[in-house]
Amino acid sequence: MSLKSALGRARGLGSAKEGAGHFWGQRVSAIFLIPLSLWFVTAVIGLSRVDYAGVKAWFASPGNSALMLLTVLSVLYHAHLGLQTVIEDYVHCEAKKLVSLIAMKFAVAFLAVFMTVSILKVAVGV
Amino acid sequence: MVDFALPPNSRVQPGKVHKAPAGAKNVKVFKIYRYDPDSGANPRLDSFEIDLDACGPMVLDALLKIKNEIDSTLTFRRSCREGICGSCAMNIDGANTLACLKPIEDIKGDAAIYPLPHMPVVKDLIPDLTLPYAQLASIKPWMQTQTAPPPDGERLQSPEEREKLDGLWECILCFCCQTSCPSYWWNGDRYLGPSVLLQAARWILDSRDEMTGERLDALEDPFKLYRCHTIMNCTKTCPKGLNPAKAIGAIKEKMIERRL
Repeated sequence: MSLKSALGRARGLGSAKEGAGHFWGQRVSAIFLIPLSLWFVTAVIGLSRVDYAGVKAWFASPGNSALMLLTVLSVLYHAHLGLQTVIEDYVHCEAKKLVSLIAMKFAVAFLAVFMTVSILKVAVGV
Repeated sequence: MVDFALPPNSRVQPGKVHKAPAGAKNVKVFKIYRYDPDSGANPRLDSFEIDLDACGPMVLDALLKIKNEIDSTLTFRRSCREGICGSCAMNIDGANTLACLKPIEDIKGDAAIYPLPHMPVVKDLIPDLTLPYAQLASIKPWMQTQTAPPPDGERLQSPEEREKLDGLWECILCFCCQTSCPSYWWNGDRYLGPSVLLQAARWILDSRDEMTGERLDALEDPFKLYRCHTIMNCTKTCPKGLNPAKAIGAIKEKMIERRL
């Protein structure tokens, strides 16, 4: 039970002075992903017709591998921002919220590094 | 996690049925949420059969008829009966609106009437609005300036500057939008909600106010402002036809404007 006044509760801990960057990042990455997704779908359809040697040759072109990296990293950045919002919306137990936010960030960071290494491996590896 | 089901002591049980008077030809059933905190019983849904030939056209007329003629314990807020005081906000036929502005004939089938959703209920159709009132106070909904007022007149505003307040000043603080917002349901303790943010926009966009930066600072928070996910229930439900979602969008625009 708390005898804190209603205004005291409404004011809470004040403003975190944060959120506009998150909002802007989500919008900009969404806009970024429109042409990138179209390019990605076209690229995957094209690659589905060639063998591994063909895929390696395609990735060896710096333009293709750069765009692929950009697509993967933009998707993960956008997903990171979106998942953070979902967790903050629905997980109300502070401990569970903290653990799921950290686990989500770790998973996204792992995927970002893993996919970057994979793309570079195909592009320049043997 | 968010609770999607009501706790057992809040689940609504079937209630009493009040039959229409004999000979009534134009009968409509009003199913009304009843809760009496003193009884200790669960809330119930009472049915009132009303002869519409002997009743005014609006839902508030039916509620007053029930209170005057059938069950005087039915409890609800009302005052102006013309959509300007915001007292009779409630959930009618599945949507938040003002009972005084909602024509009975617009409701198909039985008329279901509940208090504004997701607020603690004081009694029957009366929600406890302490939190939204405190949230409104927290955004300081009054003019704040550093410049002293002119000694010989009011603070001036051009017609164009005044136009920016249209669609904002008309809000009557009925909290229909506030309590229609799922984001406010899940995080009402930290998210300010559409009606309070519309009031914040009303002062942020006022050319005479000089604390715009401080107002934006106070709102820049993942919860206070950015829990709005443009769900738009607020705009859909506003009985005054206002657009709280657009007002919140204007605040978000200002947040970006001052960064770029």
